[in-house]
Formats: sequence, C-alpha cells, structure tokens
Amino acid sequence: MSLEDKYLITVGLEVHCELRTATKLFCGCANVFGSPPNTNICPVCLGLPGALPVLNRRAVEYAIAIGLALNCDVRRSVFARKNYFYPDMPKDFQISQYDEPICVEGYLELPVAGKRVGIVRAHIEEDTGKTTHVGSSGRIQGADFSLVDYNRSGIPLVEIVSAPDMESAEEAREYVSELRAILVATGATDGKMEEGSLRVDANVSVHRKGTEELGTRCEIKNLNSLRSLGRAIQYEARRQMEIVEEGGRVRQQTRHWNEDQGVTSSLRSKEEANDYRYFPEPDLVPLEPSSEMVELVRAELPVLPPARRAALSDLAGGKPNRSELEQIGTCIGLDLDGFVSSAAEAGLPFKLALSRAANELAALVGAGEALSPEAFVGVLKAEDSGRLSATQAKAVMAWLAETGGAVEEAISALGFVGLSDDEVGSLVDRVTAEHPNEWGRYMAGENQLAGFFIGAAMKASGGKVNGRVFSALLAGKRESAQS
Amino acid sequence: MAIVDMAAREIASAVRNRELSATEVVEAHLSEISAHDREVAAFLLVLADEARHRARSIDEAIARGEEVGPLAGVPIAVKDNMTLRGVETTCASRILAGWRPPYTATVVQRVESAGAIVIGKTNLDEFAMGSSTENSGFFPTRNPIDLSRVPGGSSGGSAAAVAARFTPLALGSDTGGSIRQPASLCGVVGAKPTYGLVSRYGLIAFASSLDQIGPFARSVEDAAALLSVIASRDPMDSTSLGVGFDASGIAEGVQGMRIGVVEEMLEGVSSGVASVLDSAIAALEAAGAAIERVSVPAARYGLSAYYLIAPAEASSNLARFDGVRYGLRVEGEDITETYLRTRERGFGAEVKRRIMLGTYALSAGYYDALYGKAQQVRTLIARDFAAAYEHFDALISPTSPTVAFRFGERSDPLSMYMSDVCTIPSNLAGHPGMSVPFGPAENGMPAGVQVLAPALREGVMFRVAMALEAAASEAAVPEWAKAAGSGGAA
Repeated sequence: MSLEDKYLITVGLEVHCELRTATKLFCGCANVFGSPPNTNICPVCLGLPGALPVLNRRAVEYAIAIGLALNCDVRRSVFARKNYFYPDMPKDFQISQYDEPICVEGYLELPVAGKRVGIVRAHIEEDTGKTTHVGSSGRIQGADFSLVDYNRSGIPLVEIVSAPDMESAEEAREYVSELRAILVATGATDGKMEEGSLRVDANVSVHRKGTEELGTRCEIKNLNSLRSLGRAIQYEARRQMEIVEEGGRVRQQTRHWNEDQGVTSSLRSKEEANDYRYFPEPDLVPLEPSSEMVELVRAELPVLPPARRAALSDLAGGKPNRSELEQIGTCIGLDLDGFVSSAAEAGLPFKLALSRAANELAALVGAGEALSPEAFVGVLKAEDSGRLSATQAKAVMAWLAETGGAVEEAISALGFVGLSDDEVGSLVDRVTAEHPNEWGRYMAGENQLAGFFIGAAMKASGGKVNGRVFSALLAGKRESAQS
Repeated sequence: MAIVDMAAREIASAVRNRELSATEVVEAHLSEISAHDREVAAFLLVLADEARHRARSIDEAIARGEEVGPLAGVPIAVKDNMTLRGVETTCASRILAGWRPPYTATVVQRVESAGAIVIGKTNLDEFAMGSSTENSGFFPTRNPIDLSRVPGGSSGGSAAAVAARFTPLALGSDTGGSIRQPASLCGVVGAKPTYGLVSRYGLIAFASSLDQIGPFARSVEDAAALLSVIASRDPMDSTSLGVGFDASGIAEGVQGMRIGVVEEMLEGVSSGVASVLDSAIAALEAAGAAIERVSVPAARYGLSAYYLIAPAEASSNLARFDGVRYGLRVEGEDITETYLRTRERGFGAEVKRRIMLGTYALSAGYYDALYGKAQQVRTLIARDFAAAYEHFDALISPTSPTVAFRFGERSDPLSMYMSDVCTIPSNLAGHPGMSVPFGPAENGMPAGVQVLAPALREGVMFRVAMALEAAASEAAVPEWAKAAGSGGAA
C-alpha cells in the first residue's frame, strides 16, 4: 500500500486577486503593470507622513461583484491595519480587512470533481511594493542590498479564502482555474498569473484514512502557476505523510515553494509568526455598501462560467463526460464558449466544435492570435462536409488567426482547394485503369483496397483529392460495373 | 498700536485697505521674532525669505486690485507636524530631521489661499507627545509670560509664538489637549474643533482617531475667523465631515443659555485655577446664563482609555519611520538591525514609551482587555456627554488643573499625563472644546477656562467663549512687551 493510499490530503487556498481598476486602492496613481520602477507613486501610496487613504469606489464594486459571483453574503465591513515591518510596505502596516470582511460564506462548484468548495471570506486589501534582493541568496537575509519598487504599493487586491474542502492537488488546480474564470468573467481582474494578477497560497495537511482529526497544516507561499500549485501540494503532502509515517509530528510552518528544485522549505514556524496587532483603520470609515449599490453591481454582472457551462452542457445533449467537462472548462476559461455555441447553432456536431475550440482555438489564443466565430464556423463546415481533412482544417484556422480574411481565401492560399467531382471521377477511372489487378480484387469484394486506391489518387493529385468523395465515386464505379 | 499687537482681522482689513502693507506686517513680526525668539524658542524654523516673498506678492495683488482673501497679509505660525511642500518638517523628532515633504497639508493650503503668510514652523513635543514641549527632540520652548516655565504642549511653540506676539495666529493640533492646554498656560485662545471638521491631510499623525487641527489666536474672534477658513470638506481625508464653520452669530451672548460645570473636572485643581473658574461662572451668570453643576461620570476614565488608544494608534502610525525611505537611517548589519538602530537613535524616550505601551495594548491576548475595553469607555464617554447635553447647551471646566509649571518640575510621566485630564474626554468623544484665558491664577500666570459643546456646535462654544472674554481681566503679556509700553493684546 502506497503512502498516498493510506492518507487523506486536505487543502484550503488563499487567492490574492489584483483588481483591474484604473487607479490604486487609496490614491489616484495609475494601476498598470510594467512601468519603470517608482514612477506610479504619490505621497499616499508611498505612505509619506501626513498622507491619508481615500477608498476607490470601483475597487469596492469589483469586490462586491466577486462576492456575488461566489455566492457570498455582501455586508458592512471595516478596514483594519495589519502591522509588521517590511521594506516593501511603506507604512509598515497593510490596510486590509480583518474580522469584518466585505464578503462572507459563499461557495464555488468544481464541475469535474463534482463538488462544492466553501468560500469562507473575500476581503479588500492593498498590495505591497516589490523587493528585489541583490546578492547571492536572493532572499532578504544575506542580500548585499535590496531594491524596492513601490509601483505595486496600494494596488487593490481581493483575497479569497476557501474552506479546507479540497482533497487533492488536482482539485486545488481545478478550484483555481474555475475561480480564475469566474474572476475574469466579472471583469474584476485580468487573471494573469504570470504577471502576479492572481497569487495563490496553499494550506496543506494530511491525516490517516479512517481518522477524523485533521493534521497540522503548513502554508505554502509563492505559487505562481497552476503547475506550481499542483506540484507543490503533491510534494508537501508527501513530505508530511513521510513525517507522520515515521512517527513524527508536522510542525505548523509557512513554507516557500522552490520551482526549480521542486521542493518546499521552511520560511518561519508558528512560534516565529508575526503578531499583526490588527486594529480598525482610523483613517477610513466603515464600508457599508447600500443595497442599491449591491443590486446595481448584480445587474451588471455578465453570464458567469457556471451558467455558461450549463448552457454548453445542454448543447452536449445531456451529461458531458469528464474529458468534455475539461474541454468545456478550457473554453470558458478562454472565453471560447461563444465559438462552440455558434457552431452548434449552425448545425455542426457539438463534439467536433468543442474539441476544435478547446484544442486548436485555445492554442491560438495562447499564442496571442484570434479568429472570428464566423470564420471558425466556416472552417468547421468545410471539415464536416469533408472538403477539408482534420489536419487541413487546423492549418486553415492557424492561417486565419494569423492573417485574417475569408475561409475560402485561406483554403486556396494553402492549396487545399479540392478537385471537382468530375475531376475526381476521372481520377477514379485513371487509377483503376493503372492497377487492373487490384481493381479486380476490389471488384471481387476486397473492400480494404479502397485505401490503396485513395493513396494512389492522393499521389497522382498531389494531395488535392478529397478522400471521402473519392471513396464514394470508387464504390459507385464498382456498383455500376456490377449491375 | 504696534503692528505686533494688532488682531488678525485688524491686520487683514488694514492690508486690504492699503493702510498697511503685508510687507510691513511681516517685517514687524520678523523683527519681534529676531529680538525675542532666542529666549522663547517657539520656532524650529523661521521662514523669513519665504514670508517676505509672499508678502510682496500679496501687496502686488492688492495693487492690481485683486481679491486677496479674509486673512490677507496676516502672519501665521504652523506647528511643525503639518507639511509645507519643500520646507523641512520634523515633528520635532531627530528621526525626521532634514525631511522635506513633496506636498502641502490641506490646512496650510487653505490659510495660504485666504491670504495668510506662513512665517515659521513651531516647536512641539516630539510627534505631539507631551504636555510641556520639553519632549522636543531639539530644544524646549519657554513660556513667554515667565521664561522659567513651560509653555505647555504639545503645541507649545504655536501657543508661545502667539503669546509672544511673534504672530497673531497659529495652527496647532490637539490629540488630548495639545491646543487647549498650552493656550491656557500661555494665556491665549485655542480651540479644538469637532473631529472631522478640519482636514488632517498633511498632519503627521499621532493618534488618527483623536487628532484634530485647530486655531490659536489672542482673541476669540480671531480664532473663529481662522477656524472658518480651515474648516471645510476635504476629499483627501475620508474622516472629513463635509461641513464648514460659520463665525457669524458668535457675539450674540449667553442670555438664557444653560451651562454645566463638569464635576469630574474639578478634582485636583489648584486653588488659583479654581478661583479663576469661580469668577468665570460668576461672569457667565451675570451675562444671563444659568449655571449648574453636572456629572459626566465616564469622563473619569478618559485618561486611562486615552493612554491605551492614543499609544496604540501611535505605535502603528510611527512604524513607517524605519530608515528605509526618508529621514534618519542608522545602518546595521541587516534590515532588522537597521530598523532597530534607526529607531533607537531617532526617537526620544517619551515616543519610545508610547510605542511600547501601544504595541502592548494591541498584542494578541491583550487586545480585548486593553484596546477593546478602552474603545468601550470611549462609547460611554460620548453617551454621558450626550446625556449632559440634553440639559445643557455647553459645559465648562478648567482647561488645565494648574498654571504653567517650571522646567523639569514634572519628571514622572504620570504626573505629566494628568495635565490633560480635563481636555482628553472631548477628544475621545470627538466633540469640540476650547480654552479662553480668564485672568491670572498662581504667580500671576494665566489660566484658561475650557468651554465644551456637542459635535458641530462650535457656534455655541464660541458664543460662550466671547462672553467669557468680555469679562476676562487683561491678558498677560511678556515682560518685554510691558517694557515697550505696548500694553495688552487685542
């Protein structure tokens, strides 16, 4: 019996989501990524003595939208100061929300795992600056010096805390990817993990199957991709299982994920943890969103991924299987579900549309290319009718994504213009005449020789012959010869 | 009358009518400062060149017939915990020495737009923590009425500058009495407005939920005029109430008013101060007010609650002085040591004491019993005041239990903290309060009467203050002003 079979894993996630507001949470500085260091700063986000925060209304609206999208209760909330010293935090405290967060008690459905994960809370807070430690260690201890960029200081964040309801790395990944899709759909964030727009901390513990009590948890920081998240949870769970298996006790720690080495290492233990000395932020008044404001945000919410998934599942004509669910998830995550439904409305097979969208279109979107739903439907029609092979259809999509223009233009530019039925007919006559022996055996009922003739026809036409049309005409020729 | 004895409103009117140039006004005050601030030490920084430059441009604007504002040409001193773009702002702390803020506080912008001329930055107890200005990180300020005594604090520099006739107006900040107590000890008028009436943007925070900026002047009307300039909505301060202050009607008298004398604020008061209060009560009765004693029971716990809440907020507000971005930096082996060395060298003893008190009060396991309980006391104080205001239009008390004390006389922090026992409750409640000089008490030193009113009832408070001022004996003036024969202040 492997360790993984003897233990259960429990995972809870804290996701920090950068809001896509025009300006920062408490000042008028631009909220943009990638500016030269320390150019989007002012007395407020630099925490200069005497400067005061003023709350960004748009950030509150986004936080409400997130809460509603996650089925939370949106309520009166209070900002609090989280006190600790760090050079990237200009006031040496962070304005956050503590015991009275704006959103509480929601949930999120994991479609593939088929379970519901509780959302404990979602609260508003300001981001810190960014420190680069220069020196061999790359960490603050032992650095020769450190450079601090305060452009990120004061960028609005919503921190979403899940219940410890996930039981595998896979479920954790699905949670983040579903959450990301929902957050992007609300417009609250661009969801770019690689730019730090979504940052994940994972709380992981293990306990022996058949026991009730959860194990001691460790919190893993620095998970900047779904891949890191999955690997880190697997590594950490295994590490804890080994400790328990050998009779040891897991110590409550904050651990750092090292992507290159594929290991977690201790940052600090519970005993070394900060006492953040939270208290209500006296420079801000309590935030009490009116019911009008909440309803206004609700009215402006777009159709969210769960509803979009339901719509696609309906098109699938019943209960989608696991791989279809994954493909549906990919399409929704990349905003490609409109392509699939357009194709289905045009009468094309759902499975084909879903597969082409989740694979080919998704790859093109990832490469930064785009094509219109009309073009997508056009290509699929050509493929479905047999005018284009699967390989050709994919090539046409790529060409269209890069160049734009009409489907027919792409087909001819790529030399995928098929022969006319008459031309194929002549080709049937030609190859059967050239191979009388095989033709005789085919006539005698060796149907598998159709493939031989298609190959010959492909060779003769330079690949322009449509296999399906050729087969039909070949069969027709035998029929008329026999009748 | 000498220019330095003129009231702010008289100066503004004379400047507007071209009876006096702003330049003459500034020169007169600068020469008084250069003659006597060596002894008083009210200023950390005198902005002579800047003030002369501003005076010239105001005179030119007047010559062009432009509108120059209600405080045209009036010098004003600013407590050195308010920012003025490009001008060193230190909070009288070595940790901020040399720091030049890149922005100007809203209040300073407002007095400048009203035509006032900032003539200097005044001394204070470091980060406004203290009641004598002895805690300044640079030097103590002396009381102009008796140079062997403290001016009070923390706005001791501003109070002394006004009493010394270095300026007709000054801005101070009041967290637990830091305007009213020095006003009382120096014999000038000082007012703490309702929390949120004046913007705190640009005021370097001591205790954010208690801090409020207010005016110093030698007359009630001048203080009201300055308050009406600085009270306004400020989109940069989320706690700004969004209302102004209208000074008209403050001379309507107290006929028919019901005024309470707060019993809890009579304990431990010196006999001289007690008799000043008695004559104030008699004067108000003579002016037609009905005076009665009233109990505000929770006020008794004000001092205790204050010394948890204010240090707690301060411990957080002062965290940013860490040597990383501005001000003093004392390098250590690593970042933690740099923090420790910088703060060890940069902060004075009282500031450190309060940071430690506040850190403790907010710590896990102590929060509920200390900070949490103190916040409950705060609610009780507001409730008890509200109950008193059901029967009274305003309340009075001594501002400070004693007159100005001698340097070093109160070396034990607790006895120093007692200086603010009468003033602290209104900060906790967020209500307005002011001190009006009402004649000499012990050793001929001035003593003020404190007038308290419900939130945003500054109009009532100033009416009572006007009535007191009308009955007050002649204000105390510095020795050198008597010698110059220029007599009492306006």
